[in-house]
Amino acid sequence: MFIEVDGVEKVFEVRKKTGFLKRERRQVRAVDSLSFTVARGEMVGYIGPNGAGKSTTIKMLTGILTPSGGRLRVAGIDPSRERMRLAHRIGVVFGQRTTLWWDLPLIDSYRLMHRMYRIPDARYAENLDRLVELLSLESLLDVPVRQLSLGQRMRGDIVAALLHDPDVLYLDEPTIGLDVISKAKVRDFLRELNTERGTTVLLTTHDLQDIEQLCSRVMVIDHGRLMYDGPLAGLHEAGESERTLVVDLERELPPIDAGPAARVVKVEGPRQWLAFPASESAAPLVARIAAEYPLADLSVREPDIEAVIAKMLRSLGDTPKPPPDRATA
Amino acid sequence: MGAGRLYTAVAAGGFRRYATYRAATAAGVFTNTAFGIILVYTYLALWDEKPHLGGYDQAQAVTYVWLGQCLYATLAIQGGGVEKDLMERIRTGAIAIDLYRPADLQLWWLATDLGRSLFQMLGRGVIPFLVGAVFFPMALPADAGTWAAFLVALFLAMLVSFGIRYLVALSVFWLLDGMGVNQVLMVTGIFFSGMTLPLNVFPGAFGEVVRVLPWAAQLQMPADVLMGETGVAGAFAFQAAWAVALLAAGRLLQSAATRRVVVQGG
Amino acid sequence: MGERVRDALRAYLLIAGMWIRSTMIYRTSFAVTMAGNLLVTGLDFATILLMFSRVDSLGGWSLPEVAFLYGLSATSFGVADLVLGSMDVLGTRIRDGSFDTLLVRPASVLAQIGADHFALRRLGRITQGAVVLGWALAFAGIDWTPAKVLLVPLMLAAGAAIFCALFVAGAAFQFLAQDAAEVQNAFTYGGTTLLQYPPTVFGKDFVRGVTFLLPLGFVNWVPAAYVLGRPYPLRLPVWTVWAPPLVAAVCCALAGLAWRAGLRAYRSTGS
Repeated sequence: MFIEVDGVEKVFEVRKKTGFLKRERRQVRAVDSLSFTVARGEMVGYIGPNGAGKSTTIKMLTGILTPSGGRLRVAGIDPSRERMRLAHRIGVVFGQRTTLWWDLPLIDSYRLMHRMYRIPDARYAENLDRLVELLSLESLLDVPVRQLSLGQRMRGDIVAALLHDPDVLYLDEPTIGLDVISKAKVRDFLRELNTERGTTVLLTTHDLQDIEQLCSRVMVIDHGRLMYDGPLAGLHEAGESERTLVVDLERELPPIDAGPAARVVKVEGPRQWLAFPASESAAPLVARIAAEYPLADLSVREPDIEAVIAKMLRSLGDTPKPPPDRATA
Repeated sequence: MGAGRLYTAVAAGGFRRYATYRAATAAGVFTNTAFGIILVYTYLALWDEKPHLGGYDQAQAVTYVWLGQCLYATLAIQGGGVEKDLMERIRTGAIAIDLYRPADLQLWWLATDLGRSLFQMLGRGVIPFLVGAVFFPMALPADAGTWAAFLVALFLAMLVSFGIRYLVALSVFWLLDGMGVNQVLMVTGIFFSGMTLPLNVFPGAFGEVVRVLPWAAQLQMPADVLMGETGVAGAFAFQAAWAVALLAAGRLLQSAATRRVVVQGG
Repeated sequence: MGERVRDALRAYLLIAGMWIRSTMIYRTSFAVTMAGNLLVTGLDFATILLMFSRVDSLGGWSLPEVAFLYGLSATSFGVADLVLGSMDVLGTRIRDGSFDTLLVRPASVLAQIGADHFALRRLGRITQGAVVLGWALAFAGIDWTPAKVLLVPLMLAAGAAIFCALFVAGAAFQFLAQDAAEVQNAFTYGGTTLLQYPPTVFGKDFVRGVTFLLPLGFVNWVPAAYVLGRPYPLRLPVWTVWAPPLVAAVCCALAGLAWRAGLRAYRSTGS
């Protein structure tokens, strides 16, 4: 296995003020007996509520933090012990924190990576050409980073993280704050990177579409524990999550009666919101409403990731569920 | 809300904001104490060589050192008060929002800075001064009247200090970058306030000039009022004159800058 | 070991080069800050000149002799300041999370943070320190011997190394207290200010502390007193004149240990 996490835990000591000059020490388990493996070439979404232990896990996998216990290997390397050797094998993109040089042209940051990672000249040139083309940054190489848009900068950061051909790419919120087109570009690129080069990708995100479009596998963490590990569809089932049908009628009417398939959750003038199970198709529901009501417009909203996770966690009663058999995934 | 209550609230906000930096404050206390000790020894050597230099005796020279350390952050003598935030807001254009606030820009920032000053004095200035008083002989007045006069002089010094820094900050409207003026602020602040050497020690015509510049109102005047080395009324008049002049200049520059922002469309 | 040092140095130069290029984008601003740096750092000497406009000696030392101390202290501090002077950004980097990005690079974290915000404007301090030193060498009436000639560059190098150690130790302290960057100013800026004045100015206990406890006295006081033929306020064996390189080595080793301990603490606590 390419990434092996076995009973890893991370305990922080937090000092809390309890009075004037009085401080109480308390131990917090940010990650608690976490175990999973990721095979080479997998693309995994790593999600959970804020403060669930996502970034702590990523920091341990990238060698930033030392685990308090358990065993952790990435490409056979113990990240905390051999930070520098690991650095050559991994690429990291911190979503909201650019590592590009603010005042300098984009290309200068890449030249620094070239030399810092001691990438052979030919391979650097080849990688740069390919990445820049795939992420359509050709015309921006000589533009100072401070003049790039958020989406351009994110693409620029992704290139910087991949110039040295890492085997695994960690992405922390890679699409946060990006417009629809930039999001699509980033996702298309990641899919291609994964299929063409076989790069293992582990990403944390708040955007369910990132997961839907990219990841065959999702891991959900909460309170430092792995709550779910499996395909996205299974997550929907586990959480019995709901999609929302937003219906605009031609005039104000009493709540729509759509039978047992859906229920109205909100009415605002001629607009009504109906919730229906995410696992069901919207088609019969739409057909029924269209037949019985004066329909002006409608749209379907996917559940957001927090809602899915929250539901799932509630349904599990906060007890971790053993991961399903990975052989079928 | 009455204007008085509004600006009191703003000043309280300034006080609280700086009060949150606990470790930084402790670090500042330590650094000011260390510098005070170094400076006291050099002054003692200097006054040993030439007693009554600049009209001070040794105890007065020592008092001057510790007062300087006490007022260093209080009056943001080297810069680093609210003008830093103001410059940043001008640079980023966020200042446009401030201009639409139903409050006077200058008074708003003055109130914030007074709140900051008050915290810096209590949190950061008093301890080095007390340390100095415990370990070195100082010339402190015994009567409450002199202390009261000192507090007035200190308040006027805060106004002058803000007046200087407000002008410097507003210059960013035209310069677009605060690096250069910050450096000027630092050089002039340290040297002409008498942080390194009391202004009454500066020789000849140079000394005459330095003693009438606005920076003289910051440390030299409160020190001389505290140690009874100058007439109280004259000191107040000198400080108040500079305060009025600087704050008036600030208003002029502010209205010019406001027009500029409005013309540029924010 | 040798290879690791070479790699770290290489990373340092790469990053320092990027910062130089960044500064050169704004040439005017660079020129202004460079001039400002020259002026700000020159103020310390201006103060000494002002003092000597009223007295003929300070602690029994003449102006050229004090200028000798000043030149040595300012130049060696200037070198350390140029090389590692921006390490006080560490606390900010930890707070805003950008410190983590350094840990995923295949390069020494110390080299990366040492080169952070590398600023050529700091040449200003070295320049004015060197000018004062040159003047002092000519006018301090030094009774030159080969040993004294050798001591001057040795003092500068060892002094710079001692100040570098202080910068690293100060940075290590920021792992514990991220807001307390100013504490190190007491030792670095305070240290160089202190050493600009003759040791005879200070109380005996204070000199003892600055010689044996925090060995700043070896930056210039002890060897300079020998070069100028002046007695050191403390009784020290003659060989201690040659101790600065040794003291510097010990300081650097201790600072290195402190840095490693700090980094280890950070990696286990994440704050």
